[in-house]
Amino acid sequence: MMNNLGIVFALLGAVLAALLSGIGSAKGVGMGGEAAAGVITEDPSKFGKVLILQLLPGTQGIYGLLIAFITLSQIGILGGNADISLAKGFLYFGACMPMAIVGYASAIRQARASVASIAVVAKKPEQFGKAMIFPAMVETYAILALLISILAVVGIGGLSI
Amino acid sequence: MAVLQMQRISICALKKNRKQILELLQRLGVVEVNDVIPEDSLFKKSDVTKGRTLLDKNVNRANDALGILDTYAKEDTSMLSVLNGRTEVSTTLYNEFYDKHDEVLRVINQIISLERSIAENKAKVINLQLQMEALKPWMNLDIPIDLKGTKSTNVFIGALPNEWTLDTVYEELATYMPMHIDIISTSREQTCVLIVCLKEKSDEVLEGLRKIGFAKPSSAGKEPPVKQQEELENQLNLVKQEIENAKETISSLASRREDIQFFTDYDSMRTEKYDVISNLVQSKNVFVLTGYIAQKDAPLVEKAFGDNFDVAIEFESVDEDDNVPVVLKNNSFSAPLEGVVEAFSPPGKGEIDPTMIMSLFYYMLFGLMLSDAAYGVIMVLGCGILLLKYKKMEENTKNSLKMFLYCGISTIFWGVMFGSYFGDVVDVVSQTFFGVHKTIPALWFYPVNEPMRMLTFSMVVGVIHLFAGLGMKLHQSFKLKQYKDAFYDVVSWYLLLISSILVLLSTQLFVDILGIGFTLPPVVGKISGVLAVVASIIIILTNGRESRNPFKRFLKGLYALYGITGYLSDVLSYSRLLALGLATGVICTVINKMGSMAGGGITGAILFTIVFIFGHTLNIGINALGAYVHTNRLQYVEFFGKFFEGGGRKFNPFNVKTKYYKFKEKTYDE
Repeated sequence: MMNNLGIVFALLGAVLAALLSGIGSAKGVGMGGEAAAGVITEDPSKFGKVLILQLLPGTQGIYGLLIAFITLSQIGILGGNADISLAKGFLYFGACMPMAIVGYASAIRQARASVASIAVVAKKPEQFGKAMIFPAMVETYAILALLISILAVVGIGGLSI
Repeated sequence: MAVLQMQRISICALKKNRKQILELLQRLGVVEVNDVIPEDSLFKKSDVTKGRTLLDKNVNRANDALGILDTYAKEDTSMLSVLNGRTEVSTTLYNEFYDKHDEVLRVINQIISLERSIAENKAKVINLQLQMEALKPWMNLDIPIDLKGTKSTNVFIGALPNEWTLDTVYEELATYMPMHIDIISTSREQTCVLIVCLKEKSDEVLEGLRKIGFAKPSSAGKEPPVKQQEELENQLNLVKQEIENAKETISSLASRREDIQFFTDYDSMRTEKYDVISNLVQSKNVFVLTGYIAQKDAPLVEKAFGDNFDVAIEFESVDEDDNVPVVLKNNSFSAPLEGVVEAFSPPGKGEIDPTMIMSLFYYMLFGLMLSDAAYGVIMVLGCGILLLKYKKMEENTKNSLKMFLYCGISTIFWGVMFGSYFGDVVDVVSQTFFGVHKTIPALWFYPVNEPMRMLTFSMVVGVIHLFAGLGMKLHQSFKLKQYKDAFYDVVSWYLLLISSILVLLSTQLFVDILGIGFTLPPVVGKISGVLAVVASIIIILTNGRESRNPFKRFLKGLYALYGITGYLSDVLSYSRLLALGLATGVICTVINKMGSMAGGGITGAILFTIVFIFGHTLNIGINALGAYVHTNRLQYVEFFGKFFEGGGRKFNPFNVKTKYYKFKEKTYDE
């Protein structure tokens, strides 16, 4: 029984990475959408600009998917040998956590920056270039988390425990 | 390739030529007008607020009218028609429009008043419909509702709340007999009744009725309800007809749309001109205009005016403390990115134009992040076809398309290097549908299989990019002849960074992490270590040099050395090249895998096609957006952070800022 638990934890990690990052991005893109829709009622010509700002917090969901997918293919759920020791299962679980937790938190924080930037574009559309950078700054941390998660997930495959 | 050299221009001319001169200047569009000359007893500025307000109102009304035309007679435009740019017309047409101007204004006013009458009539329709609704329960009554009675009887017509039958009403009013009661209509909400009673009993009856909640109807009338209904129906039809007529008239006026658009442009050009006039100083017969012009455009203005008017034109070089506007000029490879630089800020005083160097990195970084050959081909084809097909598009659109065209080429290059063609579509299709495993090998390596190698490469790209930024600072310092600054702020940092990297490369641990195949010999490490210490000391001693207090200077220098952590985070920031590149690749894989889930055969092929088209459209959209945003970020934050502050003012020439038409300048010998 205990021998089979490895795959359970590994899958749990993969699922959490997709789940939390996805929830964060969904919330974030939703917040952006509300603000963007408000701008469109006043000036429909700003659609292209506010759409880009709305989509910025959406990347965490994609990163979560990415980690989940790499993990799934590494642990053999997408075909292959799904025989994983308990220790490895825990390792995969841990490896997924940076993406899951940072993905969730950064998506929401990024969304707040996006909403503020949408307000900037509403008043000063020529400042779009600068407004776009503020949410992009937040994304750095999602990218760093993604980096660690990828390196860890790929690295665990080579360990012999 | 650079920031254009600007000059001050002054034009002095006769007032009688003012209109022609200003219009010519506006169409040339090379001079930014601003008021440098103060007013004195002879030369005064004129107040044009009144005329301007009128023109603003005209433009607003014309825009309203165009909006109304769009609601009632939609213009046939395709999505891509915006790429056609503004229609080009000759200046003769512009001059002739002067006679048509007032007539078009009348059309505009007609459209607006028609729209208003439609709105009013729509309100009337609602009102009539409400009245008809109120009459509905009374339709069975063949006498007028406000009939009071006859010589010896009183009539009460009204409604009781809730549902009543004849029996229950009689029961309630039994004490006041004799009387006649008719139920006209009943519904759950109310029962409409007609009660005829003797005149002497009418007060008591009314009292009794009140107790059970009797109320007179809101709609009365001298005519029986059926007749009233007919009357209302007639009115309703009449009003509806009026609305239809107004709509038709508006639709028939749609043929004037072009005139109204021309009107908008004509009057917004005049608004612009009024703004300039308010900046002129004028005496009785003479006016003086001052402003900035790019040096290369000076002969153009001289030629255009010298031959046709009595003018005196003077050019002066700009002063040190002038707030000179900035014009960037680059070759057609880099020019599309001028917009990206200006979105950050035009170069400030003494700064160089970073567009050229930036464009090299921009295209490269974008390609690295999207890194799929097929996506690159789609971008190149899409932008290329649009560019070839719509030659007359506006400059801004053209530049954006060109930028994505070059980004696409770079994407193809990196896609081939990393062996990504719609991700692994070749493998998946050959495996699923043909049963053989075919693959296009990567020219270099697969980042998905070797993320560590890709990470190392990303950071190397980062270091090169940052060093280029420092190099720009060096160039800038030399240009301003600040050789000391160049040594303290750039050379010492180069020394520190390079020697630090060499130290790292000579340690086994670091080399193992990065998975590079070589280690530098320990000697190199030792020498570099010494150099790094020397560089640090130089930085500590010099980077606080603006402070006089030696203690403060030392602390400031120490803090500047702490800036090396900034370089560390800057380099790490380039790991987004890996992350975004992997995101494209892995999502491609997911899409292809989903598509191939139904296996081979016809059903499989259909499912695959649908998933393929839908999935990859979505993926290219999201990842191109990501690549665009993060390329901008790397340029703005990491690259510009090393040398570029901006703060310049963009050149805002007096020109034709129209929406629908542009005016071709006559050639001078015409």
